[in-house]
Amino acid sequence: MTDKSKTIRVDYLARVEGEGALYIRYDDEAVHDVQLKIFEPPRFFEAFMQGRDYTEAPDITARICGICPVAYQMSAVQAMEQAQAISVAPEIHALRRLLYCGEWIESHVLHIAMLHAPDFLKLHSAVEMAQVHPHIVRNALELKKAGNTIVSLLGGREIHPINVRVGGFYKLPNRAALSELRQSLQAALPLAIELTRWVASLSFPDFSRTDEPYVFVALQHPQEYPMNSGRLVSSGGMDISADEFEQHFIESHVPHSNALHCLIDGKTPYFVGPMARFNLNFQHLAPAALALAEELNFKPPCTNPFTSIVVRALEVVHAVSEALRLLDHYQAPEQPFSAGPPQAGSGFAITEAPRGILYHHYEVDADGKILTAKIVPPTSQNQKTIEDDLRLMIPGFLHLGDDELRHQCEQAIRNYDPCISCATHFLQLTLDKQ
Amino acid sequence: MSAAKATVAVWKFSSCDGCQLSLLDCEDELLAVAEQVEIAYFMEASSRQLPGPYDLSIVEGSITTPEQLELIQSVRQQSRFLVAIGACATAGGIQALRNLVDVKDYIATVYAHPEYISTLATSTPISEHVTVDFELRGCPINKQQLLEVISAFLRQRRPQISDHAVCIECKLSGVACLTTSRGLPCMGPVTHAGCGALCPRYDRPCFGCYGPKENPNPDAMSQWWQASLGVDSVKIIENMRNFNAAAPAFHNAAERMNTGGKDD
Repeated sequence: MTDKSKTIRVDYLARVEGEGALYIRYDDEAVHDVQLKIFEPPRFFEAFMQGRDYTEAPDITARICGICPVAYQMSAVQAMEQAQAISVAPEIHALRRLLYCGEWIESHVLHIAMLHAPDFLKLHSAVEMAQVHPHIVRNALELKKAGNTIVSLLGGREIHPINVRVGGFYKLPNRAALSELRQSLQAALPLAIELTRWVASLSFPDFSRTDEPYVFVALQHPQEYPMNSGRLVSSGGMDISADEFEQHFIESHVPHSNALHCLIDGKTPYFVGPMARFNLNFQHLAPAALALAEELNFKPPCTNPFTSIVVRALEVVHAVSEALRLLDHYQAPEQPFSAGPPQAGSGFAITEAPRGILYHHYEVDADGKILTAKIVPPTSQNQKTIEDDLRLMIPGFLHLGDDELRHQCEQAIRNYDPCISCATHFLQLTLDKQ
Repeated sequence: MSAAKATVAVWKFSSCDGCQLSLLDCEDELLAVAEQVEIAYFMEASSRQLPGPYDLSIVEGSITTPEQLELIQSVRQQSRFLVAIGACATAGGIQALRNLVDVKDYIATVYAHPEYISTLATSTPISEHVTVDFELRGCPINKQQLLEVISAFLRQRRPQISDHAVCIECKLSGVACLTTSRGLPCMGPVTHAGCGALCPRYDRPCFGCYGPKENPNPDAMSQWWQASLGVDSVKIIENMRNFNAAAPAFHNAAERMNTGGKDD
């Protein structure tokens, strides 16, 4: 370390979900150390789930994260259905996809308008933004509400929905409520398109990973933009099923974080979330989102993470359109859920949470009690890529003043919509036992 | 900034963020709230923080680390009123399941390097550490109730929050009793109101996410479940030990069930 070395320190990152800090040490020659510190306290979900009933998994794991509880419920029920050999009707699968669209909309719009957009305008919050761009903020709140309306109707409430169960739903929605929902989504679609045009007009810091290109990882499905089914693929040619995840993705515990870092084969950092889905599955976006991407000339490969806000907005257009399509093709399931007596088994599932792939793996005994649980959330997977972005980005931004550089670093972290509450609670059960 | 505006701070301890997110989920009311009060400290929503003291502090999460023990004292000192929101802040949350075991086993189960982890042996509610002016229940809280609580404290009146059982909410909303009509084990008789009988309205028995109501009788309910519905003790304990496991009424009932009816 030379005498000229400088540090960037942010003790408590604002406008992210959960508690994290940033420490960077650099000088004119190089960046010496980058640590995205996660000090969100651990809550030990994998430990206390041992011995709990398999039916409790969707309700318990939802509590890992108040921002994306539906994602936890979707991965949990699919993994448990595999463990219990319960097959689910296609109509139930479609209703789940509709519910998931609701969470994508509300979570993405929360991040776009309330957490991320203020960065581009050099403002502190959406409340300040409402003074300058009242129309944008009001429309965003309306759009967010449309997403929450889906979650409330199908799930019972926006946060920690109660209507999702292994095998299906407790109660099916009635047609009148679905038709009302359709109207609110039709009104939301132009708002989503307008929001996308607006975020695309923002000015983005110039950064692209040319020397160390990203490895994108997302689900892929032959017909659908990925959400709750498909195989796991990467831009490096990987193509695996959910039960092969642990053979390829290795977690490690680093001193500065309460969340484990996850790397491909224990060495290669990778990128999950909207940009990965967009780059790997662009052709499956809904027609309205594809047409808008064309109009904005915003197409893959998208490699500037500061433009992830545009991808997120295009995914909102997709999710609103997809929800409308699902409603148009809605057929009521014959029964709200399938069930059977408990049995021993293993279950694996990966679904696309708003922030990227969310992996669940359970071992269940013959009484239906959980023997082991393993959960890998999106943000812990992106941690190393975020640190690498900061390391590679700083040399190009040394002309900025200290405050501006620090702000740029914070904005670079928010590019990933990190959900630190999620990241902390999912650590590998079996590490110590091996 | 208008000097007359009351200042509100939002604090996070060990939690999922869902209860503070409820405030941002008030899509219809958020901008109106922001006009009436100065949101002075809210890390999840703003990168601008104003120094205390604050008229009202809204506290989410439970106390699980040595640093939080100090922070909660400082929050109390800076706050005229302090309201604890959600099952974590009012009962320790689901992470209070650690209170039943040796937390060292949990750390070793989850982390490769236990020495990197700094945590307390227990997860405890805010009221165990400082004086709390009001507790709003729920996992998660009801956002309309949150607006009522904020409004009440800023106008210095009592919040209009009922502390009766979920059963009353079923009666008020005309939902047929799941236990008497369909023989389902429902926690409604012992669970604090606030959700509007949400689960019963969705054909699902209550599982107690709002914690115990005032003066509950969980033993009587458990005996009914066992004798009339044929529910085993494991299921009863699972229902008592979830999101409000450390709330005394649920904790003690689960312990009695575990030890075969004897107080330990």
